[in-house]
Amino acid sequence: MTGTIFNVQRYSVHDGPGIRTTAFLKGCPLTCSWCHNPEGVEPTPEILVLADRCAGCLACVEACPQPKVERADGTPWTNRAVCQVCGRCVAACVRGARKLVGREVTVEGLADELERDRPFYEESGGGVTLSGGEPLMQAEFALAVLELCRKRGLHTALDTSGAAPADVAARAAALSDLVLFDLKQLDPDMHRNTVGAELEPILENLRAIDGSGTETWIRFPLIPEATDARENLRALADTVLSLTNTRRVHVLPFHRTAADKYARLERSWRHDDLPDASEGRAARVVDYLTGRGLDARLGG
Amino acid sequence: MNDRVQRLRDATLAARPTISAERAELLTNFYRVSLGRFPTPLLRAMAFRHICEYKTIYIGDDELIVGERGPRPAAVPTYPELTCHSVSDLEILNSREKTSYDVAPGTIETYERDIIPYWRGRSLRDRLFELLPAEWHATYGAGIFTEFMEQRAPGHTVADGKLYTTGTLDMKRHIAGRLDRLDAEAVGTRAEEETERMRAQLAAMDVAADAVILFAQRHAELAGKMAESERDPNRRLELETISEICRRVPAYAPATFHEALQTYWFAHLAVVTELNGWDAFSPGHLDQHLWPFYEREIAAGTLTRDRAKELLECFFVKFNNHPAPPKVGVTAAESGTYTDFANINLAGLLRDGTDGSNELSFLLLEVIEEMHILQPSQNVQISSETPNRFLQEAVRVIRKGYGYPSVFNADRVVDELVRQGKSIEDAREGGTSGCVEAGAFGKEAYILTGYFNLPKVLEIALNDGVDPRTGTRLGPATGDPRSFENFDALFAAFETQMRHFLEIKLLGNDIIEGYYAEHMPAPYLSLITDDCIENGLDYNEGGARYNTSYIQGVGIGTITDSLAALRRHAFDGAARGGGAGAASDPGATGRPCPMDRFLAALASDYEGDAELRELVVNRSPKWGNDDDEADELMRRVFDAYFQAVDGRPNRRGGSYHIDMLPTTCHIYFGSVTGATPDGRAAGTPLSEGISPVQGADRLGPTAVLRSAAKMDHERTGGTLLNMKFAPDALAEDRDLDNLASLIRTYFKLGGHHIQFNVVSVETLRDAQLRPEAHRDLIVRVAGYSDYFCDLSRELQDEIISRTEQAPA
Repeated sequence: MTGTIFNVQRYSVHDGPGIRTTAFLKGCPLTCSWCHNPEGVEPTPEILVLADRCAGCLACVEACPQPKVERADGTPWTNRAVCQVCGRCVAACVRGARKLVGREVTVEGLADELERDRPFYEESGGGVTLSGGEPLMQAEFALAVLELCRKRGLHTALDTSGAAPADVAARAAALSDLVLFDLKQLDPDMHRNTVGAELEPILENLRAIDGSGTETWIRFPLIPEATDARENLRALADTVLSLTNTRRVHVLPFHRTAADKYARLERSWRHDDLPDASEGRAARVVDYLTGRGLDARLGG
Repeated sequence: MNDRVQRLRDATLAARPTISAERAELLTNFYRVSLGRFPTPLLRAMAFRHICEYKTIYIGDDELIVGERGPRPAAVPTYPELTCHSVSDLEILNSREKTSYDVAPGTIETYERDIIPYWRGRSLRDRLFELLPAEWHATYGAGIFTEFMEQRAPGHTVADGKLYTTGTLDMKRHIAGRLDRLDAEAVGTRAEEETERMRAQLAAMDVAADAVILFAQRHAELAGKMAESERDPNRRLELETISEICRRVPAYAPATFHEALQTYWFAHLAVVTELNGWDAFSPGHLDQHLWPFYEREIAAGTLTRDRAKELLECFFVKFNNHPAPPKVGVTAAESGTYTDFANINLAGLLRDGTDGSNELSFLLLEVIEEMHILQPSQNVQISSETPNRFLQEAVRVIRKGYGYPSVFNADRVVDELVRQGKSIEDAREGGTSGCVEAGAFGKEAYILTGYFNLPKVLEIALNDGVDPRTGTRLGPATGDPRSFENFDALFAAFETQMRHFLEIKLLGNDIIEGYYAEHMPAPYLSLITDDCIENGLDYNEGGARYNTSYIQGVGIGTITDSLAALRRHAFDGAARGGGAGAASDPGATGRPCPMDRFLAALASDYEGDAELRELVVNRSPKWGNDDDEADELMRRVFDAYFQAVDGRPNRRGGSYHIDMLPTTCHIYFGSVTGATPDGRAAGTPLSEGISPVQGADRLGPTAVLRSAAKMDHERTGGTLLNMKFAPDALAEDRDLDNLASLIRTYFKLGGHHIQFNVVSVETLRDAQLRPEAHRDLIVRVAGYSDYFCDLSRELQDEIISRTEQAPA
């Protein structure tokens, strides 16, 4: 069995305890406008363009089997409507201005890669994390990777939006030592509009995982004009307090560092013009949640 | 720190390094009268005594630990018997932009009138350069290796515990006993002339012992005199105490914490007054040595923790008062710094293998943090026995970004020393000194003999034995690389060239070590190094229990990436075959890249072929990414270098081993090395220590550490790994836990040493623009720390270009 990943990040220290390696699985069913991994949304490989490295030699255009296109100013243009992502343009670019994001890996192959830093996990109490995208979108692959890592004695964490069929979510949680569960918007209508999915199945998954006893940390992205309304914070606290075992909430303040990634995908981003979450605001949110009796923390 | 320490610290920071001709004058006067009248060891001991007897004694305001190498703080003596500076040398020292030394007009006059006329042609440096063969000069001149001992003496050594348990008078008794036995030993087992030689060595050590006692007595007298005229009753009492202490130590073994520190300091002054040995002299396991005094006096109530800290801080100031004696020529380029490399080890192991840390280890970390000065260097020795609490304190200090302390794997250091043939107890009492070099403290002469430029050797192999910079043939003809059938043929050519140059280096070393043995004995250093007295043999002649010579490999990252690029693009698969299969493998180039294209690109510094440069930079395996293909090549180079050096006999009855460290030599070596196949531009710095090529490591710190750990550190006497973190990356407490975990894991994987810079690129850039605002910015260079603003522009840029690690 194989899956598609878009990154393996070593020395990952914000996705669970200790020193970890995080595998980012490609593909996500949600449409959150603030997404900081836009290259993880499409399930299939894509071409990234690092414009500052491009010398305008047009070797990529030469190599492309599709009708040749270049812009009026002589720079190459990726016609994503017809691009088959064959990778010829990437191979042709010696300057590394074009990159293929998304590669196919076997379960074994990924587990081997994740295991390379095992001595660091053992020393630091770390392990491996599956993230994305939404890792459970490649359900069988993700489950197989978790199972194999666990069999190899690695601490496993699952970073999920909860947008997955109930049986998949339950099986994944059972194979994980820790679940990092995103909660974003607690109003069902607003959830549908901003996240692009129904809220209730996600909450059902959360309750099931919480009930299963698998350690769960809530991750809450604090997005100006999207998730930081007072009602939403109150609903967030109410929702977590209604759970049996889970009290820990990580508040992740929005920042625009992903802007580069959108540019590389040659896409615009509506958050280009929106502000970052201020430090003061984030601290006040943490204080509020703490005051509600939660174990609230700033950052991942 | 208290007011006294604050004042002393301000004073040492304000003191301008100045050249003092006092020692040169005293020595020259003595030599004029005495040369030829005594056997050499005795002549040297008497010269040392002459200096101790007549040099200016300095005791400054506020000081509790006393004694200076020069007539006052930061006044640096010279050693014309080793290197006699010319007038132009002195003028350059006075005017050069970085690490300058003030030279008064009177000093230059003295040199012109008295010093230069006597020593020109007679100094060791002049003599050695005459003795060394033409091929040595050609290789040295090309920048293939450097030479440590052409202007500074073998030193590189560290005190062990005997200074604190054995008075100098005890040492004199040992000498007397040895002389008695010498007479009693059956005549005939040894030639009479050898017995005579031993007798002369022992007599010299005895004179050196008298000299240091005399030196201490002169301090006692001055302190006593100053006490008489001192009006402040507190200071009068302090001066009286100093006087009493100097009357007792080092003649007798120290009885108190204060005396113990003063004892070390006299030994230190003696070593650096007798000769100008590399790395000055080091206290080694200071926390362990001082512990019995501290424990006893704290229990008795005669010492407080604060008082101990004050004394330690006064002690630290003394080191900082000693800018390194100035270097000239290539040596200034390989080690251009005021730091003189005296190093203090914290924690580590005890002789029985148990944890060596104690309350003083923590106190010394506080001292390091408070003092924030250039010297002495400090390191922590972390073993599997070291408590986490100590490591956590150490990383907390590291986070401050002062470039101290560096971190060593005490268990691995012991393995290295045992592999070299030391007893396990001697190994545990040893540690590391200088930058990262392993040695058996107090029992070993472990001499760094020079750096070796690995990428330059590859350059010469790619040019069939000719140095392309000068067109001179330096090595054997190993073939036109265009004719090489495969990568192995290229590697064989590299290995042949390397062995050739190492033979020249070893031949030169024999000549130099022989010269030191015959003409430049070090009777005082011999007195305090086991087993020189027993062997009746000088430190510089193999008198120590262990005698090691190191050659330090430089540029392992650059050569590994260069070989990886050549193998990938000039020999392997598609690159040679003409592009087949490129479409199916986005990683392959699809363009043929035969050797002649490489050679043309290197010759033109990639001027004519920027595309090839991009190709090798972006599409080659790189050391430092846990990439087995690149890392295997690192091992292959390492093995070849190890095989060529390790175990070769030196002239002192010991063997050669390898180290992997550069000090600042990667800058100098880079300046003489053309463009390299990894895409490095001609003349730019090589990779530093065993750190990856600057910016080539892209997978974070764990990948760097795994790559670095694939080197067999046990077969070295030291490796140097630098890592740079952005301060943001270490902002939180858990970041410190992770840093501690990185260190522990690297050591479990077998690494020898790691050190950290915790400073942002923005800060460094700003310091280049506005040095006046960053005078106190200390950064880790390579095995030592230095003021960023004192570094050459090239070195500053190199540090900025190092990969900055930041967690995801």
